[in-house]
Amino acid sequence: MLDDMNKVVIKGGGAAGLRAASRLKRNGIDTVVIERESTLGGHLAQWDRLFPDGQKAKDVLDRLLSDINGVEVMTNHTITEIQRENDIFKIKLDDNTVIQADAVLDTTGFDIFKAEKKQEYGYGIYDRVITNAELESFFKTGSDRRIDNPKKIGFVHCVGSRDIKVGNTYCSKVCCATALKQACEMREAFPESEVYTFYMDLRMFGKGYEDLYLKAQQDYGVKCVRGRVSEVAEAKDGRLVIKAEDTLLGKPLKMTLDLLVLMCGMERKDGFIATKNGFVEQNITDEKGIFVAGTAIQPMTLPETIANADAAVLDIVEFLKRRK
Amino acid sequence: MNFGFSISPSSHIMMDDVSRKRFDALKKTEPDIAICMSCGSCTATCTAGANAEVSLRRMILMLQRGKDDEALAMASRCLLCGKCYLVCPRGINTRHVLLSISKCLGHDEDI
Repeated sequence: MLDDMNKVVIKGGGAAGLRAASRLKRNGIDTVVIERESTLGGHLAQWDRLFPDGQKAKDVLDRLLSDINGVEVMTNHTITEIQRENDIFKIKLDDNTVIQADAVLDTTGFDIFKAEKKQEYGYGIYDRVITNAELESFFKTGSDRRIDNPKKIGFVHCVGSRDIKVGNTYCSKVCCATALKQACEMREAFPESEVYTFYMDLRMFGKGYEDLYLKAQQDYGVKCVRGRVSEVAEAKDGRLVIKAEDTLLGKPLKMTLDLLVLMCGMERKDGFIATKNGFVEQNITDEKGIFVAGTAIQPMTLPETIANADAAVLDIVEFLKRRK
Repeated sequence: MNFGFSISPSSHIMMDDVSRKRFDALKKTEPDIAICMSCGSCTATCTAGANAEVSLRRMILMLQRGKDDEALAMASRCLLCGKCYLVCPRGINTRHVLLSISKCLGHDEDI
């Protein structure tokens, strides 16, 4: 049995943090979740429906929240300093509270790529260029003045991903499936609309993703064009003229759209957190007693994030036991 | 006046000018044309393609980009051997699609 003195501090109350907290609790380990925002849930709380089959994000979040019932949660708090004294961490918060812990789990997740960095897409300049996150909040609230019964809608994949120029060389993993999910939802919301997605590859790797791709083409008539949008300009009437190459036909293409949605990927200001070994020590950092889980390590889908949090908990439990 | 040169038309596909009516009509008969993922299996295995430019995946794309005439010309070179049907991973009845392209957009005698 683990000593009652064992305490784990989780930094970040998103999907990974919540899942890890519930698992640590089930293992009898005293856990505190520190969340900088006023509410828990991270990006999941901002999302409406999830790929591949449109499950409500709220249902998943509610389940994660009900599972942490009884775990101490401190919202509106940030960690300002972590000090190690022998094997004990002294974690200082912004209100000068100090928490003592045996281990720390970093689940600080990702930031959404700032679309204005890709100037050629005109986000922040042209009114009808929006982001995937903004479209998701439109699905949630049903209102966005920029979305006014659009007839032609475009989605741009890989915005801020697979892009050496913006410093993000990796694939963000979730945008392909999100784009097709949102494309289907737009066809549903605006049945008269034509929806185009502009992709470099469609990376439909997960369970049910390829079925989503087929469904988007077959049932929703979503038109996938292989080629990256190279530039966007505003027409006199406020509509958008885009250029891309249809690389499958080898011809450049021009099109006027009413709405362009940018599939912004994942990034972290100071980069993703390195772990000891990408195969067999995926949640262990070089700093003894400090663990990491979820999209703080690399872009992950939600099921991957939850599985990754479970794995981190196992590492923490073993670490605490070994210290006895 | 002859300046000794002329201006080539834009090579851009102007999607705003493309009418989807004929493609959508074809899609009613052949709903499978929407699920092509351009893998190129059909083109790689094409019997006629060894000697002439024939590619079903390109034909399907051309029709979506308003290049009906080019698609029809290509369709006329098909031998209807059906090998592409064997290799299509999405199970598209390619032979039938080819026949419908000619039927919907051109004349039967083109094949």
